[in-house]
Amino acid sequence: MILGTLDKKFLCNLSVVLCFAAASALPAQESHVGTLTGHAASGKKEYRRYCVGCHGQDGDGLGENAQWIDPKPRDFTAAVFKCRSTPTGTLPTDDDLEHSIHRGFVTTNMPSWLPLTGQTRADLVAYIKTFSPRWSQGHGAPIDVPAETPATVESMLRGRALFQKMECWKCHGPAGHGDGPSASTLTDSKDNPIRPYNFATGTRFKCGETNQDLYRVFMTGLDGTPMPSFADNLKPVEAWDLVHFLRTLQPAKTPEALAWKTWVKSHPTLAPIGPEAQ
Amino acid sequence: MQKRTFPILAIALLVSSAASTKAGRFTAVSAATGNVEGVISFTGTPPKMKPIDMAKEPTCAKQHATPVMTEAVGVRPGNTLEDVVVYVSAGDMGPPATKTVIYDQKGCQYIPHVAALEVNEPMEIQNHDQTSHNIHPMAKANPEWNKSQPPGSPPLKVTYEKAEFIPVKCNVHPWMHGYFAVLGTSHYSVSDDDGKFSLKGLAPGKYTLTAWQEKFGTQTAEVTVTSGGTAKANFTFKATPY
Repeated sequence: MILGTLDKKFLCNLSVVLCFAAASALPAQESHVGTLTGHAASGKKEYRRYCVGCHGQDGDGLGENAQWIDPKPRDFTAAVFKCRSTPTGTLPTDDDLEHSIHRGFVTTNMPSWLPLTGQTRADLVAYIKTFSPRWSQGHGAPIDVPAETPATVESMLRGRALFQKMECWKCHGPAGHGDGPSASTLTDSKDNPIRPYNFATGTRFKCGETNQDLYRVFMTGLDGTPMPSFADNLKPVEAWDLVHFLRTLQPAKTPEALAWKTWVKSHPTLAPIGPEAQ
Repeated sequence: MQKRTFPILAIALLVSSAASTKAGRFTAVSAATGNVEGVISFTGTPPKMKPIDMAKEPTCAKQHATPVMTEAVGVRPGNTLEDVVVYVSAGDMGPPATKTVIYDQKGCQYIPHVAALEVNEPMEIQNHDQTSHNIHPMAKANPEWNKSQPPGSPPLKVTYEKAEFIPVKCNVHPWMHGYFAVLGTSHYSVSDDDGKFSLKGLAPGKYTLTAWQEKFGTQTAEVTVTSGGTAKANFTFKATPY
């Protein structure tokens, strides 16, 4: 190296090369949530205040509370996420991560973090992405969720036929109570026992509460769990039929639910879901 | 070239070579090649394999006159070991593999139990059963995905970018276990039910072979391949006390 005669141009070129190397070696330090930009450095401080107890100081889901809770806290170092708008095997968008933080996960120990500011949640998203080098590849492309079709009884009946044909009942059970023949043997990707969703528990589920959220659950799959993606097997209009049928399994008091109940009462010969129908 | 640009280029080269660590790969100059063959054996009492109860899936249960056994340790008559992946871990990695590897689901089993493929080699996953399966390769270095495959659906086309031994399972049928052995070489062979493996078309030279078994881990051996010759390499896996 020509140390004696360093000049500005040389230093400039050198710093460009080193900066480029540094940037390509480290994962993204920023997040973009709506109009907000989150920063990992601020997120780190917030994480150590709100998240570290469960998710652990290394982001591996082994915080000191983790041993007492089930389901286990998310391991951010694995970079596998349940609730996404992106296809199976791809990373969620920053918005997906922020939604998970502000919505929380119903029936688990992950609370809704709405009391935090939007900026804090954006900063947390940026910090979470520093736990795995996979983020340098970027997130998946969000799937297209077309406009919902009308929730008619005919749509629900088609959805019911799909629930039978796609064999959802094998895990979720014929009435969606999470008691299908395979339900008791299910394990997640960390080999912990896991139960399939029981539709009778309410109208909210871990990844949301709207019909669009429900659509995304089975069209992107819940990565890290036994729930696969059916994106290759269902057309969008079929997916909407399935959403409409799944809602009838929940204890909702909507006009659609009433229409379905009335129809079922007047058609007692409807074949039950399950192995006999195959 | 200016005096000052040379050190900058040197730094850039160092940085870029540190960022990527690809195994050495060069095309053979000579057209003549050699082979490696061998047998994988097992010594000691092999762990007992268990019969699989497929009563929860009658369409599969009826395809097997007698229950199939679990496949984690496939010891065959003559104490040979099936489903061991033998591959080149040092030496000429060979040209990129271009054939499509087929992975089938039949009788609620993965056929083959262990599929070997090179990084970026195409694989097709088929479902020849009357029941849905979900294919859930539990990858860690590669992305983990999970897809449903109802009967009659087209084959799933997949490739993997990183070398990894990936356990594969079906969540609906918990007894189904298989492996994708994603390797950095096109010189691989999975031992058959006589415990035999065969690597063909290797450029002459020195190689390190690795043999991988899902329960017993890896072993290595050094071989030298000569033009037109067939080198021999045998591996023996030993029973563990528990």
